Amino acid sequence: MSSIGQENNFSVEMEDIVLRFPGVLANDHVNFTLKRGEIHALLGENGAGKSTLMNVLSGLYRPESGTIKINGKTIIFNSPKDAIASGIGMVHQHFMLVPTLTVTENILLGLDEPKFIMNLPKYNSKIGELQEKYGLKVDPTAKIWQLSVGEQQRVEILKMLYRGVDILILDEPTAVLAPQEIEDLMETMSALVAQGKSIIFISHKLNEVQQVADRLTVLRKGKVTAEGIPVEGLTRTQLAELMVGREVIFRIEKHHKEPGEVVLKVSNLSAENSRGLPAVKDVSFTIREGEILGIAGVAGNGQSELVEAITGLRPCTGSICINGQEVANQSPRAGMKCGMAHIPEDRTGVGTAPNISITGNAIMKNYRQEPISNGWRINYPAADEHASGLKDLYDIQAPSVNTQARKLSGGNLQKLILAREISCDPKLIVAMQPTRGLDVGAIESIQNLLLEQRSNGAAILLLSEELEELFELSDRIAVIYEGELVGQLDADQADLNTVGMMMTGSLRSDE
Amino acid sequence: MSFEVILRAGLATGTILIFASLGEILAERSGVMNLGVEGMMLIGAMAAFKVAFTTQNAWLGLLAGILAGGILSLAHGVVTIHFQADQTVSGLSLTFLGTGLALVLGEGLTGKNAAILPKLDIPLLSSIPWFGRIFFSDFNILVYLGYILVPLTWFYIHKTRPGMHLKAVGEKPSAADTLGINVYRLRYIYTFIGGCMAGLAGAAISIAISPGWYSSLTTSGQGWIAIALVIFAHWNPFPVALGGYFFGMLRRFTLDLQGPMTFLGMRNPFFYDHNLVFFLQMTPFILTIIALVWGSSTARRKRRGAPAALGVPYIRGERGL
Repeated sequence: MSSIGQENNFSVEMEDIVLRFPGVLANDHVNFTLKRGEIHALLGENGAGKSTLMNVLSGLYRPESGTIKINGKTIIFNSPKDAIASGIGMVHQHFMLVPTLTVTENILLGLDEPKFIMNLPKYNSKIGELQEKYGLKVDPTAKIWQLSVGEQQRVEILKMLYRGVDILILDEPTAVLAPQEIEDLMETMSALVAQGKSIIFISHKLNEVQQVADRLTVLRKGKVTAEGIPVEGLTRTQLAELMVGREVIFRIEKHHKEPGEVVLKVSNLSAENSRGLPAVKDVSFTIREGEILGIAGVAGNGQSELVEAITGLRPCTGSICINGQEVANQSPRAGMKCGMAHIPEDRTGVGTAPNISITGNAIMKNYRQEPISNGWRINYPAADEHASGLKDLYDIQAPSVNTQARKLSGGNLQKLILAREISCDPKLIVAMQPTRGLDVGAIESIQNLLLEQRSNGAAILLLSEELEELFELSDRIAVIYEGELVGQLDADQADLNTVGMMMTGSLRSDE
Repeated sequence: MSFEVILRAGLATGTILIFASLGEILAERSGVMNLGVEGMMLIGAMAAFKVAFTTQNAWLGLLAGILAGGILSLAHGVVTIHFQADQTVSGLSLTFLGTGLALVLGEGLTGKNAAILPKLDIPLLSSIPWFGRIFFSDFNILVYLGYILVPLTWFYIHKTRPGMHLKAVGEKPSAADTLGINVYRLRYIYTFIGGCMAGLAGAAISIAISPGWYSSLTTSGQGWIAIALVIFAHWNPFPVALGGYFFGMLRRFTLDLQGPMTFLGMRNPFFYDHNLVFFLQMTPFILTIIALVWGSSTARRKRRGAPAALGVPYIRGERGL
């Protein structure tokens, strides 16, 4: 209908996409266009519907209404295979790789060739050629479980390139990467675009969007708030405002504070992971009153096991002293009695019981105490009162304290956990990924709560994959790599590059 | 009591276990654990015997046995793949269902004579000195089929494209799904093949290796041993073969042990008190119980190389596997 030149400009046009999940309108009349040869960022908070929209484009979900045009032609996808046949490939946030198969096997999975008998050497060299062309280095004969996260991501991209895909969807590709790996990925993206591919880049990291994207589309609560606007000239504050719908202050106030007595002393701690392999190896550190020790590391380097050992959830060897009291290999309650608060990584599995009420979750730590219980009977009116006090104080958005915890949004759920832990007046806070997946507004209030506790003299162990957060909050930064602490630095002396290299194991500080 | 006799008996009866275990390997590799092997074997044994008896054609009997096992396994498929119910519970129910059906439908078959699959020598191979006589002569045709199926299954799993798809579906179904592999269809297919193999194992008893219908004693718990064997063998065909033949030999050994008055130069207690043999005969079952209890821990299963998605129903769009 329109001129051919006009049509050729866009490789993807999505119009009026509607998709509903039980109880949620995930995509509310969403429009999205992708130009040939551009990097188009798709921004939004968690749950804004970015991944949903892209799952529609990659054929995993079918929209209730709306049309998808690829290179000007209307297309209906029944499966991801259809989408790939039309040249659209998605690299998922959680990698879609079979850990026990080799790189080559993963790339060949689902293809019609080879017909029956696998001739792996032949395909290994074919994939080698593809790697040369796009500069994506990874050993084709390695098994996926042997690869680093960055390498696995390269396999995912290769998988799509092998299928001759022109449009690549990268779903939060940098979330799991170390800084150097992020740099590599950015270079790869530029190289791909230079070879004529188009890229959709899902992210909620504003600096990355500014660095690589040409245009951006912003989603908020399933609706488009900015459609295909050029990135150049936008400030970070404007971007954040588009995402959250209000102004966000990025600066957080951190006052200088002289640390006091040693609160947590961990010496020669070792622990195994659930497969029985060593995960934490001979780790020693101390944290003092009013001090935040940040632990940086790429996910899966023993952080979870370290936290579980300290909080009494995992057997270990070595010593863990809180204010001089040994708590290693005792129950979580032993740590709690010494004033330990735990903000776990897994909010719905460990942090809360999703199916019980806010009240029930709020009193989980102090249900033994007056006035909530008299020793054996819980005084529910008092418990409700306690919970609604916390709800108001910490601004937890919920209809009432009888609302089930699972109905809370990620940010409000995290506030509930913090409210419960902080209201016990902790001496030590162990926080793992306290802001992961939260939107800019919630991140701000969680970070401020932690700093407030620091001012009150609590010792805080903070584990995060967000380096920026670690640098802003921590007094000291330690880096964990393959279960070992490979360096401890003062936060004002540490720089991103050094920490990044330690995180990938290419540098150790000699201590 | 001679080693050669025990070895040959082991090769013959071991074949039964190997058929059932190979089928279970395929099903479990696709992510579907089927604890109904005993039931499927028994219904296979009954169907094979009944058809071979009424038609007096052993080949028709074999076909009936295979199909009976396969059809019964589809019930497990519908319950666990389509309705995503718990695989353990469904598998156990399948054993009860299969056993019950087989006993009812097999009523009156005891003591009857059915047509039996032929025994034969393998040309050329059987003329190799000693070796040919032990391994390639005067065996039921199904024993030779076992010889072939073991390496064939290994080759299929590890060296072919459908084998790679099978592993992908059992290890990470979501990855397979995004690449256009139909997880549900493959799981149905391999559950069915697993059932057919169990049916074949049953038929191998009733119309080939130890012919006859002896109601529930026909299989006498070998289905459970087959499942344990899969765990022992880390889901690999060759160790399954070793274990299968070993259990077969053990079975014959415990029988033969009652014969001589002395054993290894000593007074043979089993000759004087046959009740002691019961303890020896328990061995495979005790090992089975240990394997099943020990293997029921998910963490241990993972460490031993169980398919990561074993026992987990696949639901598209859910996080996890």
